[in-house]
Amino acid sequence: MSKLALSDEILLKIEKPARYIGNEVNSVVKDLEDIEVRFAMCFPDVYEIGMSHLGIQILYDMFNQFADVWCERVYSPWIDLDAIMREKHIPLFALESQDPIKQFDFLGITIQYEMCYTNILQILDLSQIPLIATERAEDDPIVIGGGPCSYNPEPIADFFDIFYIGEGETSYRELLDVYKECKKLGKSRAEFLQKAAAISGMYVPQFYDVTYKEDGTILRFEPNMEGIPKTILKNIVMDVTDTYYPMKPIVPYIKVTQDRVVLEIQRGCIRGCRFCQAGQLYRPVRERDVEKLKQYSIEMLQNTGHEEISLSSLSSSDYSQLEELVNFLMVECEKKKINISLPSLRIDAFSLDVMSKVQDVKKSSLTFAPEAGSQRLRDVINKGLTEEVILNGAIEAFKGGWSRVKLYFMLGLPTETEEDIKGIGELANKIAAAFYETVPKEERKGKVQIVASTSFFIPKPFTPFQWAAMNTKEEFLDKAYITKNSIMAQLNQKSIKYNWHEADVSVLEGILARGDRKVAKVIKRVYEKGCIYDAWGEMFKNDIWLSSFAECGVSIPFYTTRERALDEVFPWDFIDCGVTKDFLIREWKNAVNESVTPNCRMQCQGCGAKRFEGGVCYEGQN
Amino acid sequence: MKVRIKFSKHGVMKFIGHLDIMRYFQKAIRRSDIDIAYSTGYSPHQIMSFAMPLGVGLESDGEYFDVEMNSMVSCEDIQERLEAQMVPGMHILHVRVLPDNVGNAMASVAAARYRIQFRDNCEPCFDWKSQLASFYQKESILVIKQTKKSEKELDLKPGIYEMYLDNESIVLMVDASSAGNIKPGLVMDAFYKENGQEPPEFAFEITRMETYANAGTTEEPYFVPLDEIEG
Repeated sequence: MSKLALSDEILLKIEKPARYIGNEVNSVVKDLEDIEVRFAMCFPDVYEIGMSHLGIQILYDMFNQFADVWCERVYSPWIDLDAIMREKHIPLFALESQDPIKQFDFLGITIQYEMCYTNILQILDLSQIPLIATERAEDDPIVIGGGPCSYNPEPIADFFDIFYIGEGETSYRELLDVYKECKKLGKSRAEFLQKAAAISGMYVPQFYDVTYKEDGTILRFEPNMEGIPKTILKNIVMDVTDTYYPMKPIVPYIKVTQDRVVLEIQRGCIRGCRFCQAGQLYRPVRERDVEKLKQYSIEMLQNTGHEEISLSSLSSSDYSQLEELVNFLMVECEKKKINISLPSLRIDAFSLDVMSKVQDVKKSSLTFAPEAGSQRLRDVINKGLTEEVILNGAIEAFKGGWSRVKLYFMLGLPTETEEDIKGIGELANKIAAAFYETVPKEERKGKVQIVASTSFFIPKPFTPFQWAAMNTKEEFLDKAYITKNSIMAQLNQKSIKYNWHEADVSVLEGILARGDRKVAKVIKRVYEKGCIYDAWGEMFKNDIWLSSFAECGVSIPFYTTRERALDEVFPWDFIDCGVTKDFLIREWKNAVNESVTPNCRMQCQGCGAKRFEGGVCYEGQN
Repeated sequence: MKVRIKFSKHGVMKFIGHLDIMRYFQKAIRRSDIDIAYSTGYSPHQIMSFAMPLGVGLESDGEYFDVEMNSMVSCEDIQERLEAQMVPGMHILHVRVLPDNVGNAMASVAAARYRIQFRDNCEPCFDWKSQLASFYQKESILVIKQTKKSEKELDLKPGIYEMYLDNESIVLMVDASSAGNIKPGLVMDAFYKENGQEPPEFAFEITRMETYANAGTTEEPYFVPLDEIEG
């Protein structure tokens, strides 16, 4: 029987010991004799969250297909174990071998949201790896970051040796080969990093210097060494059908957030909503072949024994073969008593038909994301969803027996007025009224239930709103109050429930999202004061964050409420995500002019992603 | 038809709780492609019944669950298919078809036998080997049982069927029926107390050796392993 890094006594004392023992079905164990590179793949949050992430499953599978590599997993120890590990100086370990992370060649960390930054430091600290990259010794693992937040890596640049910009399927093999070569030749860490920096998509922060203007904005951002690229183009897989996909995903023992087979049907999004970062980062849209997806679904269900399958992508309704795929899955899943978990689909005849077949109509709800309360503001954000479409969709659904509707909005969008905000209540009311008009009294089973939720808008890099000012906490809360009042003033207010997000954490996320290297010392300080798991509401300590910004002399409004000039050099400008700055400026101007931009299938907008030579940009052409 | 499956659980798997073991088997059964029956209704689930939950931290050589099969080739086929799906630490020990008139696994449980070992440096500082017999020969073994609402005095003795020294460990067979289940830790606590001591936390390594049904009567029980029960 395999050894464990933690004693029985510890494991029996902590919550959910299954988080730390490995041994899951389809986890990969290799013989150290047979491999040359040890890669620890980390999601810096608790096991149940990390295990639900598709990206890690894809990369885990890819790395372990390489005969010379053993990729293992590591997640953030929960606070109970965290305290014990600190007290007893137990080094953080990988799940499969239970060996200390410090013995690995690489520690890869996926960075999915800004609020995990202190957990990254927790991982490094518990692994007994120096937090600051330049302080690491020759035998420390190479710490490499990836995922959406690496598109503005600057607030955490000090903590990483390398950021891998873009999709992981493409350049890791080359990086590993360079690493092996360097190891064989006895090259130093610095020499390896230099060679790594020459590989496509690799950003090595220590080889770049930043100088600032007096106003705190960037004067220059440039390589401090010969042969280091000035800009870094994201890595992208153009053939998403013929690439890595995990046919044997790991099956956890404990219930995780995403406890099902996940089928990624496409990457990217044609829509171009101006607030959405993913919609820009993952351009162009690339669809997976439907026949391949059918085959994957059967094989993955067989290999995991999961009782549910879900489809994953941005705007899944835009997948051109959706009907065929869903019809296939419905037949297969019926046979095998498998549930289909649908992504949120555009409400139309097809989706209502599918939903009525795979969900309990009485229990399930319709989801609309108008994002803004008025058509004017929806035009600003380029959300091509009209009131008419929403009402018609809702009416069709009410006829089909649905009586629950979820509505998602954002507050604090650029150019927003009080009228736009009040539109949220009005729209919710119109939907409720449509229910009472559509469904005769005798067929109603109680009231229609409308839940309107608002989140606070956070401007993100590489979006047309990257120049925009963000609201203050007070403005956010005022707007939530206006929303609430506007709902309360509606005729059908008793049918409408309103939820809003915390404002503190949104403000902080806004700082980190558009932060620069100056923010790193605040993150480090906050961590040293004991903050981890900031993404977990109950553990987020806003006062410590605020006081740490003050102590480090870092201005919060500089990052949040300041509208940027069009010629400002952004901390992330050295990254080329495919979409050009010219396009984003054009879109920013269109937004202010309330001018709508058609989606990629309707008309090419020349965003820049066409240079990747594939995907939706070349659809229907050969 | 109903099939009873006996399995063992060792090593790191002792940290997986009962509900997760059930989920583990549901998924293993799907992977194994055996033709298990599903309940009808909106969300069909496998027809499956576990004999007795095993506490987190305990290992076992005698765990059981029953499944309802639509069709089957043979018990050996089910055993092979399921065994092929096990992770290290889990084994399918035996599969048999149940006679029609045998009650489900949970209702059948009458007793369980445990092996109790002391962890390193956790051996009691009294002469436990020689004290064991006299403890077991006592007329009654009274303990205070804490419930959520109150404390009540309980005599363990009638529910202890065997207790003896075996090499360096204690073998203990106790009542495991739903009405009178005795946890081995409770008996050990009483044994320590009898000798003026209190066991340290995490002192024992406990393995359930077997789970039994009563093939005799209440007055004259005759315990047989759950998979040897006859209709």
